[in-house]
Amino acid sequence: MSTQSLEPKYTEAQYSEVDQYQPATRTGRISNYVDQRVGGTGLVREFGRKVFPDHWTFMFGEVALYSFLITVVSGAFLTFWFDPSMASTQYDGSYAPMQGVEMSMAYATALELSFDVRGGLFMRQLHHWGALMFVMAMAVHMLRVFFTGAFRKPRELNWVVGCALLVAGLGAGFTGYSLPDEVLSGNGLRIIDGMLKAIPMVGTYISFFLFGGEFPGDEVIPRLYSLHIFVIPAVILILIAVHLFMVVVHKHTQYPGPGRTERNVVGYPIGPVYAAKAGGFLFVVFGVLALLAGLFQINALWNYGPYDPSPVQAGTQPDWYIGWFDGVLRLMPGYIGDIPLEFVLPTPWGGNSVALPVLIPMIPITVLLLGLFVWPFLEAWITGDKKEHHVLDRPRNAPGRTAFGMAMMVWYFVMWGAASSDLMATHFSLSLNDVIIWLRVLFFLGPILAFIITKRICLALQRKDREIVLHGNEAGVIEMLPHGEFREKHNRVNDYELFTLVAYESPEVTPARPNAKGKVSLLEKSRAGLNRVFFEDRVAPVSREEYLEALSHDHHESSAALPAAASAQLESSKH
Amino acid sequence: MKALSQQRRHPLAAVALLLLGLLLTGGLYAAATSVNEAQASNVPDAYSASDVEEGERLFVANCATCHGINAVGSDAGPSLVGAGAAAVDFQVGTGRMPMQMSGPQAQEKPAQFNDEQTMQLAAYVASLGAGPSVPEDEYLDASEGDISRGGELFRINCAMCHNAAAAGGALTEGKFAPALAGVESKHIYEAMVTGPQNMPEFNDSNIPADDKRDIIAFLKNNESQGVPGGFALGSLGPVSEGLLIWTLGLVLLIGSMVWLTSRSS
Ligand code: HEC
Ligand code: HEC
Ligand code: HEM
Repeated sequence: MSTQSLEPKYTEAQYSEVDQYQPATRTGRISNYVDQRVGGTGLVREFGRKVFPDHWTFMFGEVALYSFLITVVSGAFLTFWFDPSMASTQYDGSYAPMQGVEMSMAYATALELSFDVRGGLFMRQLHHWGALMFVMAMAVHMLRVFFTGAFRKPRELNWVVGCALLVAGLGAGFTGYSLPDEVLSGNGLRIIDGMLKAIPMVGTYISFFLFGGEFPGDEVIPRLYSLHIFVIPAVILILIAVHLFMVVVHKHTQYPGPGRTERNVVGYPIGPVYAAKAGGFLFVVFGVLALLAGLFQINALWNYGPYDPSPVQAGTQPDWYIGWFDGVLRLMPGYIGDIPLEFVLPTPWGGNSVALPVLIPMIPITVLLLGLFVWPFLEAWITGDKKEHHVLDRPRNAPGRTAFGMAMMVWYFVMWGAASSDLMATHFSLSLNDVIIWLRVLFFLGPILAFIITKRICLALQRKDREIVLHGNEAGVIEMLPHGEFREKHNRVNDYELFTLVAYESPEVTPARPNAKGKVSLLEKSRAGLNRVFFEDRVAPVSREEYLEALSHDHHESSAALPAAASAQLESSKH
Repeated sequence: MKALSQQRRHPLAAVALLLLGLLLTGGLYAAATSVNEAQASNVPDAYSASDVEEGERLFVANCATCHGINAVGSDAGPSLVGAGAAAVDFQVGTGRMPMQMSGPQAQEKPAQFNDEQTMQLAAYVASLGAGPSVPEDEYLDASEGDISRGGELFRINCAMCHNAAAAGGALTEGKFAPALAGVESKHIYEAMVTGPQNMPEFNDSNIPADDKRDIIAFLKNNESQGVPGGFALGSLGPVSEGLLIWTLGLVLLIGSMVWLTSRSS
């Protein structure tokens, strides 16, 4: 053990001054009492002065936090009545169409919550809408972080924490959805059971282990309940704490703009302005959720009936965030031509069936989820960019990433959409078979098209930015020159906008480099290939020389024809 | 039911014998006229001979192009011999027949015939051969039914196609099971006994008449009890809920975010 001698931070006199400080008011005395024991001042000084840039796209993280809190509070209310037991009972509550029906305690108490507990239905709906909003807010937040490049160094690890939060959110939602033990949630579990059993060799054992015997057994709901109200929320809370701590350590990123550099953050300090806004925003989120919970029915579990493995129901879908799991399963054919994809693998003990139609759909899901986790590292590897970034990219200025992100989004959308193939068929008068075939085509073509189209759009927008920098905005005014020529007046953008439009990096392709032994490895070749896909088409920002050149051009024209506004502006920008 | 129809078939057999005699002795013209007369006598008591006659006239004018003269079927429509009055009452009463457009399944549209004409058409088809008849009122009285038993039966037998909340669902190749809200009790019963198009037939040994009444009571109760939780979003389940959070929910959030951050920039 080593002893450290610390330089005292404060002198003895300063300490005694603090000790003897007597506040004048009662409130002052109370807060001083608390502060001397809790040390709030330091916290406020440290966290309260953190500066947060103000932009609406930065608030989705907060929505996620608040909707999680609301879900926890409403969930705690539900636990007072909900009994996660699969013991059988006869319903005798006040919902007439269920009277006398045999069901599990879980379902019966969920019905009790809905019909016989004052405010219970509202709280159930609040909890469920909160869950949907929680995952949605996380998803949108992630998209914002992705498309602005906020995950780059030094924030890669926080991105990973965010991904873990998303997965934990899916887990919380799925376990909650399964709790009420009606036909809909039972079907969800049935699919999970099927997926587990599809794993060759060990699948059946895993399924028996989880369900405590053959599906559905009478163990699964209590087990899911422990996960749902204890384990997963605890994991989420810890992850949220880590996530926010890292946000404070890294400080917030900001959009490019004048005065915003890699070394500062422009915005409001947390206290008091931002804290007041954020606190107010909690109530706004709560208000939106309460509005939804009060007006729109969600998970009408009294319609579905008690779980029974035999009936299936039309319109059986999971909640939106699990939809893509269901969707890929629907997209996967069981046969290709006449060849069944399920076969029996001969083994010494008699053979194991290999359910490819269930296993193959797990591939895109795994790819997408894993890809999410490793993206920051993958991108840094491809681009070779090892710098810190605190100023965000405008999505158009990173065409490669934006196009790739859109491609993955389209891929996800196709899988997600496939989960509602039946409703697309009924509501747009289409044939279910055609919908599936089209979605299968889109599954393969969609991402490629999205990549190409998005990249073109980004490049076009960049060119438009150049155009605006060099020639200004079209003013919508047509002028006639003395010699009779007509042309549209252009207004030069002001310096602030100018900064935003030209201050970005546009890296060039970095070709494959030989390693220490002078050889170009296969890995390096593939890196260079991806790098080319990312950067081969580029629109460079307007350089200083180009800009000055454009200005002087401007000057000639305007002194000849446009005496007023344009030249006045030109003068001022010269100084 | 089976016994009943066998009883009904006895007089038919006698008539057929008589017919045979007539055919042998009389000319073709005479034979044709006597077919109608003879079959008219086979009609259930509820229908008079004039109903049948009027029904045949309507049938020839509106239905025979597809179902063939004497309803024996053609390429464009199945034979209706033995389809029964219930099938006609359902198909014509819900506006499915006369079919207008060929498609995956006959579309519902406003009924083209009034109650009397529908009854006459039913009488004519019933006269061609025994089939399910239009249900007695006692089996349609929803107040007599047991709604929770009806609910169980519905979830086991019907929800896989019609959705647990009877909101409808997709079948393959453009066919679909319609939403059941607002369908008359009589038509619900008839749908079960005749199994229109892609719907299976639920005869009385599958679901006895009393149980059918329970199902009707359940469906009618669903309509009258209202929606406990607010707007039902079409009772389509998680898809419409997901759609709402991603549209209305997201718009409300973004609106308030833009508002909260608007002053600074
Ligand atoms: C355009 C052709 C067309 C016309 C006109 C038409 N039908 Fe049909 N009808 C059909 C077809 C096709 C079906 C079979 C539908 C199916 O099973 O998908 C059918 C089915 C029926 C059925 C159900 C048969 C069963 O076994 O349940 C009845 C009853 C019926 N039609 C009655 C009528 C009556 C009565 C009329 C005249 C008012 C009529 N149809 C006019 C084409 C037609
Ligand atoms: C295999 C799927 C399937 C099942 C199971 C099924 N139906 Fe249907 N049902 C259909 C289809 C398809 C139609 C539409 C037929 C048509 O348009 O002619 C239909 C039509 C109906 C109609 C007429 C609706 C209208 O709008 O006129 C009623 C009523 C009905 N079904 C009730 C039931 C009841 C009650 C049960 C359970 C005892 C049931 N169905 C079971 C597929 C099904
Ligand atoms: C991480 C966030 C959470 C999510 C995403 C979530 C999601 C869900 C969902 C989707 C349901 C089904 C609701 C329904 O059937 O209407 C549910 C049910 C339930 N949740 Fe949560 N939940 C979360 C956190 C919690 C917490 C922290 C608790 C308790 C402390 C809780 C307690 C319950 C209970 C008791 C039910 C069953 C009651 C019912 O079905 O009405 N949840 N949850």
